Parts: sequence; C-alpha cells; structure tokens
Amino acid sequence: MRIVIGQGSCGIAAGAEKVRKALLNVDVRCDISITGCIGMCYLEPIVDIYDDNNTLTRLVKVSETDAQAIADYVNNGDKSAVEKLIVTEEDSQFLTKQTRIALRNCGIINPEEITAYTATGGYDALKKALGMTPEEVIDIIKVSGLAGRGGAGFPTWFKWNAARQSAGEEKYLICNADEGDPGAFMDRAVIESDPHNLIEGMLIGAYAIGAKHAVVYVRAEYPLAIKRLKNAILQATEAGIIGENIFGSNFSCDFMIKAGAGAFVCGEETALIESLEGHRGMPRLKPPFPAQSGFWRKPSNINNVETFANVAWIINNGGEAFAAMGTEGSKGTKVFAVTGKVKRSGLVEIPMGKTLRDVIFDIGGGMKTDKPFKAVQMGGPSGGCIPADLIDTVIDYKALGATGAIMGSGGMVVMDESTCMVGMAKFFLDFTAKESCGKCIHCRIGTKRMLEMLERITNGDGKEGDIELLEELCYSEYEAHIHDKKCPAGECSALIEYTINADKCRGCTLCARNCPVGAITGTVKNPHVIDTDKCIKCGKCYSVCRFDAVVKA
Amino acid sequence: MENTINLSLLDGVLSEYAEVKGSLITILQHTQEIYGYLPKEAIELISEKTGIATSDIMGVGTFYTQFRFEPVGKYLIMLCQGTACHVNSSELILQTIQDELGIDDGQTTEDGLFSLKCVACLGCCSLSPVMMINEDTYGSLTPDKTKKILKELREAAL
Repeated sequence: MRIVIGQGSCGIAAGAEKVRKALLNVDVRCDISITGCIGMCYLEPIVDIYDDNNTLTRLVKVSETDAQAIADYVNNGDKSAVEKLIVTEEDSQFLTKQTRIALRNCGIINPEEITAYTATGGYDALKKALGMTPEEVIDIIKVSGLAGRGGAGFPTWFKWNAARQSAGEEKYLICNADEGDPGAFMDRAVIESDPHNLIEGMLIGAYAIGAKHAVVYVRAEYPLAIKRLKNAILQATEAGIIGENIFGSNFSCDFMIKAGAGAFVCGEETALIESLEGHRGMPRLKPPFPAQSGFWRKPSNINNVETFANVAWIINNGGEAFAAMGTEGSKGTKVFAVTGKVKRSGLVEIPMGKTLRDVIFDIGGGMKTDKPFKAVQMGGPSGGCIPADLIDTVIDYKALGATGAIMGSGGMVVMDESTCMVGMAKFFLDFTAKESCGKCIHCRIGTKRMLEMLERITNGDGKEGDIELLEELCYSEYEAHIHDKKCPAGECSALIEYTINADKCRGCTLCARNCPVGAITGTVKNPHVIDTDKCIKCGKCYSVCRFDAVVKA
Repeated sequence: MENTINLSLLDGVLSEYAEVKGSLITILQHTQEIYGYLPKEAIELISEKTGIATSDIMGVGTFYTQFRFEPVGKYLIMLCQGTACHVNSSELILQTIQDELGIDDGQTTEDGLFSLKCVACLGCCSLSPVMMINEDTYGSLTPDKTKKILKELREAAL
C-alpha cells in the first residue's frame, strides 16, 4: 500500500500539509508521498490510498484528526473509520467525465521526482523529436492544430515556424507563466503538479525554432510553482536533459527562471520581454514581432504554459490524434479553472466542442446556492460575461468569440442571481484602471472615466445618458440602477434596503446587538424593526441572522 | 528605522547580479526579501553598483505591485481581489479586517503588528474568499473566521 497526498497550493491552503504531518506522527505502515493538484479543489485536502494492485481509495475533506483512522485502515484493513471520507460516486464523475492531456499527470505523479515523470514515458517525446528534423516537428504541431492556450488562440506551428525562419544564431524560447487573469489557475497547477512536462514541451519547442536558451517568466505570487520548477530544472540538468548535447544530439539548451513582480500587463508578450530585461513592463510597438526581434532584440518565441503542456503528448501520439478531438476550428482539449458560485470548483479539461452547460452543470454540478445561474465570466479582464440564455454555447474559439466574450486562458467564474453585473463591470474596470501601464490614452484615461461613471451608478447617482455611453454593457440591469434606483442582485449597498420579516424573526436580538449604529429595535422574543433612516446598509444584520429574517432588497 | 539599515547585507546580491544585464527586478526582489521593503539607502547603493539611475530604479519599483517603500508590520495581510473572491463576497472580509484593525489598504496598525494590502488574484480561487498572511494561505473566509485568525495571530505575537 501507499499513501499519496494532494499538495498543490490549494490543497496546502486547505490543510494538506497538516494532514501529512499528522500521518507522519501516527504509526502508518506504508510509504507516504505527495502529488500535485488533483483538480477536485472543492474536496481538498485529498488523501489517495493505493493498494498493492494499484486500486485507488480516495479520501476527501480529510483533516489531521483523521490520521489515526487512516492508519487503522492501512495497517489493519479496518475501513469503518474512513468510510465517511471516501469520495462519492457523483464526485468521482467530476474527473471521469474529463479528458486529460495537458493535465494527464497532475494529481497522479510526484512533481518533485524526475523518476516519477520518466516512469510515465516522460522525455520520450523529446528523444523522438531529436530524431526528427525541426521542420518535421513543426509539421506535427501543424497537423495537431494546437493553438495558443493563453487566450488568443494563434496557431502554435505558425509562431514556431516564423521564429525558426528568422535570421540569427541566437534565439530564445520563452514560456509565459505570468498567469494574470483573476480567476485562472491552470498554469499554476501544471507547474506545481507536472513541471517536467512543461520543461519537455519547452525543449521540443526550443529544438524546433533553433533556440539554445529557454526562459520561464513566472508570477512572483506563485512561490510553490517556482520552487518545484527550480527543483525540476536542477534534476533535468543533472540527468543531462538540460544543457550541452542533450541525449547525445547536437542540440544544446539552457534554462532560466525569472520571477515577475506583479503587473497584469506583463502577460502581453512584448511587455513580458521588457520585464525580462529588467524594465517597466510597457508593451513595444509591433512590428517587429518577437519572432524577429524579441528578448535582447533576438528572435524569440513565446507560448503559454498549457500550450507547452500539450506538446510532448502530441509528439508521442501524433498530430492526428490531437486533431481528432474538438471542432473544425478548435482542436484538442482545453483546461478551465471553474470557480465562483459553482458547486464543484476545480480544474476541468475537456475536448473542445463540449458546451458551457457540460462544464458548469454536468461536471461542475450547477450552483452551490439555491439561486439560479446568471452568467459565467470568461477570459478575465479582456473577456466578458456570457449570460444564462447562451449556456449551450459550444466551447470553440469562434463560437465563444461570437458571444462577445473570448475563450481566454481558461478562467470560468460562475455567477448566480446574487452577483450584480454592474458591480462586476465596476470590478473589472477598477482592475484595468489600476493595471493600465499608462502608455495609451484610451486605456489610461478611458478606463478611469468609465470607472467613475460606474461608481456613480452603483451609488445611486446614475443619470440619463450614462447608458448610451456604456451601451455595449449589460443593458437592463443598468436601467434598473439608473431609473428605479434598485440593484436587482442586491449587491450595490447604496441601492439596497434592509427590512425584517416579522414572521421569520424570533426576537433573538442578535441583529440589534451587532448593528453598529443602533438602527434595530425590539425586545427579546418579539420581532425586531430596522429604522431605515438610521441604517447605514452595512449588511451586518443580514449576515448574522440565523433565521433568514433579514430581507435585502 | 532609517538609521539602522545595514547595507552590507546587500553585498552578496550585488556581487552576483550587479554586472548581469537585465537583473534589476531580481536585485529589487532580493533587497525586499532582506529588508521587508526597499529602503532609500539601498536604492542609492544599487544605483551606484549597477550604474542604473535612481530615477529609473524608482520607475521600475513603482511600476510593479510587489515593491514597497515603507516597512510593513509583523503580519502582512494580502487580501485577494480576484474575480472568484469578488463573487464570493471578499468585500465583507475587507470590511471585517478594516473594522477589526482600523486600517485601510496600504496601512499598518500603530502597534506595527498588521499591514493590509489588497492584491491581485492569488490563484486559490476554489477556496475564495482568500487571504495570505506572510507565507500562509487562509481560504473559505467568513467574517467570524477572519476575526478568529486575526485574534490568534495577535495573541501569538504577545
């Protein structure tokens, strides 16, 4: 038997390391190791127990107090004490309904051991690629139809080919791991859970374009990803996989990690290059494109983490196998980080061509609240919100683009009726206004002015003419804010009124005791009343009431 | 505070990176790791050793959200402002922290224990709303849970 504990950042934050320590403190007679992100983030911490036939018993929402029960199961086969922790059939389907290529090793292998990766056939694709010409490698990627998973969906082979054909001996292969879209964490999971897969994909890319230097630009907010990637680079270097004459070939390539310092705009490739060179991350004018003049003005190719995570699989299985999945215009699979008001949040990899409903309802289990689904935000600040009536939209670059949103890097933030769309727009404008690098006036001034308008509207001071100015945004909900001075979602505090439902109120006095301005009156066991003139709409009464008696409208 | 800056702590970083082109951000990151922020004296020394003008260093330092120019408290609270946290009411958590500690985004409590910083997505969206305090991540926050965490940290510091 062996025990494997899921230790991605989310798992650790949920308590996986405490569980591991607790298991080390009880007498468990089997090997205890770690793996990365299993993807069922809503069930963390997760402990997987494999028996000698490699049959898996998965325990979920484990706490350190369960350690002895786990020991009893492992040592004596006494299942009774862990029975309540075993994952349900319904929850298991969260994974069994997925098709995992980029995430194929995530949550299975130990990300800190190169031998765990090579045991799955890791680095075989690199060996295979080195036996081909770079043109043949690019051709396989062309047949696969792989497109940039960072969001834009540009054909990967085209970029590789442009960099390959660019004149010059010194070239750079760069991985964009500056996962800046709020709500997206696919790339973090890949690096934390399967760093060698990224390295292998990058080395194949470097060979294809003729680069001798590979650089990974990672967000500083991802310390665990940086630590595991550094460790993996060290192991691969010791194994002769990074460095001079890789696998005895003429191909040599070194590796470097650069940590970003927190700037959303650095996800844009020319801003990323500026940042790599130690400057402010201000985008450069294009052309020239990085393929002609990139890092240190040398030909450079930049792809996203998930794009590279598909490469080794494609080389091993052939471009046709990858292209057999998906739609006419979008091939292969895509990873989504599904979060927000959805019941089962986590990482979902599915073939292109599935619908949003498949992801949010079939795999994600629908809403975790009793409120109906309202919209899903995709593509981060550059994307948009797809409303409920478009839930059957097919996942495909073109079809998603037609809704006004974009595929994006894979963040899917699910919202129910309690999320205000005007507030959501304000949230993103606040983000883009803060993150604007200031180079172009449209963004520097435009986002600020729009934010001011939305602040006015959500404070109840919206006026005629505002809608026309913001007309591309969600219409009816804006009208309610401006004309009726109501926020249908009940989120914009200036437009909300709190009252107490006398039938539900038990007179427990909790709300009155919590009200910071003494706006609630009433005696014990009798319904209380809110003085709306005194009320500052802080929402404390609403959040403390145990009987749902406080009404927010 | 300013008088106690020990600049010799930077020797290792500067000997490794001062001559390597493109290393300014890396140098600033190490400097902040050492002092907790970027002291004025350190910036002047970096300028002297790298030949980069202090104005350029300030330009880079102020561009990226990671860098600070003031010391922070013993506990740096980084409250996630990502979309998933927004949808799951991170605003309530911000209000709770403000009420409990009496500080706004970017401020430090008078006793020097807590600093509050609202940050971009921390990438732990499944546990939203989330905050990081120093190296530890706290997820699925509620106002009560947040108060409890702050109370425990305050007691631990006594």
